[in-house]
Amino acid sequence: MMQNTLDIAIAQARQNNAAQIDLLTMNIGELSGVIPEALEFAFEVLRWGTMAENAQLEIKTIPVVCHCPKCDRDFQPEEYIYQCPRCGTTSSKIIAGKELELASLVVSS
Amino acid sequence: MCKDCGCNIIDNVVDPKTHQHKIEIERGILSKNDRLAEQNRNLFKEQELLVVNLLSSPGSGKTALIERMQVERSLLGTNNLNLGVIVGDLATDNDAHRLQHRGISAVQITTGNACHLEANMVAKATQQLDLNSLDLLIIENVGNLVCPAAYDLGEDLRIVLLSVTEGEDKPLKYPTMFKSAQIVVVNKIDIASAVEFDRERAIANIQKIAPQAQIFEVSAKTGQGIKLLLAYLAEQLKIKPSIQPLHG
Ligand SMILES: Nc1nc2c(ncn2[C@@H]2O[C@H](COP(=O)(O)OP(=O)(O)O)[C@@H](O)[C@H]2O)c(=O)[nH]1
Ligand SMILES: [Mg+2]
Ligand SMILES: [Zn+2]
Repeated sequence: MMQNTLDIAIAQARQNNAAQIDLLTMNIGELSGVIPEALEFAFEVLRWGTMAENAQLEIKTIPVVCHCPKCDRDFQPEEYIYQCPRCGTTSSKIIAGKELELASLVVSS
Repeated sequence: MCKDCGCNIIDNVVDPKTHQHKIEIERGILSKNDRLAEQNRNLFKEQELLVVNLLSSPGSGKTALIERMQVERSLLGTNNLNLGVIVGDLATDNDAHRLQHRGISAVQITTGNACHLEANMVAKATQQLDLNSLDLLIIENVGNLVCPAAYDLGEDLRIVLLSVTEGEDKPLKYPTMFKSAQIVVVNKIDIASAVEFDRERAIANIQKIAPQAQIFEVSAKTGQGIKLLLAYLAEQLKIKPSIQPLHG
């Protein structure tokens, strides 16, 4: 997964004629199933010998947001049980929290 | 073009002295897998094939469940649900052999150090199967309740399997996986009382974490409950075009 991220990052940096990557910012949803520490660990190993060798990795954790069909409103669940705080309906409609994205790069030449 | 360094982005200059630039990407890091999964999904659609991604911890009984389904499926009558299997495993190909002994067309994918299956592996494996002759393709994923959740394979349905020996709190420990399942199967109910399995609590936990999921309680060993599961899958095959994938 970190390899995919690095591949995308390096391709993008090359397209922009950059010589090195200084910062990678990722959005990782709380419900993505991915543990940020695992990504950080993989990054430490994989960055060597690439143009991201000296880069920092910044991981933004995205909280879960659900939609309640009854109230037609979004809410942030407290726990892994997605109960609407207004009406108590359990919702399985997830609006945010599944992200696994490379958000942006800072590169230099 | 930026006149300092020749780079073609002139917006978002972070620091002109060091020629640093910010590039907005906003791209899913599994977008390549998602694209390949979509290709698989199209192929499965053309073939009118119901495809299930079967997930559990190691030893919950994925292979045993498939074997038992093969034994019981003839008892269903007219709808014969011809079964094909793709098995992912870290090293061995024992599971594929077990299934082939039952007369099931099975292909093994040895993932090496990958702890999950990816869409491209499934695409390759399907080439070794005669999809035309199949109604139901089961993909037995690598025994792992974490990583496989993020990888769409192009399946119609996810089944998460949980055996009574694993404890009633399993859904609370792996919410992402359980939330991505349309079907949760509780296996090994033949030994439920021997291991003092608290059925009520387990079911309540599944319903709390995965309110969308259809729950089946089975024993791959004795065959209890398997017919209901098969009948449900046969029904899903009929309504396949209207099934909404839960993930991705
Ligand atoms: N008692 C009992 N044992 C089962 C049942 N299903 C599977 N097993 C046993 O659990 C072990 C693991 O099963 P297997 O199908 O290899 O699990 P997998 O790793 O998920 O494919 C084997 O020893 C099976 O015989 C069941 O319904 N009842
Ligand atoms: Mg197995
Ligand atoms: Zn509500």
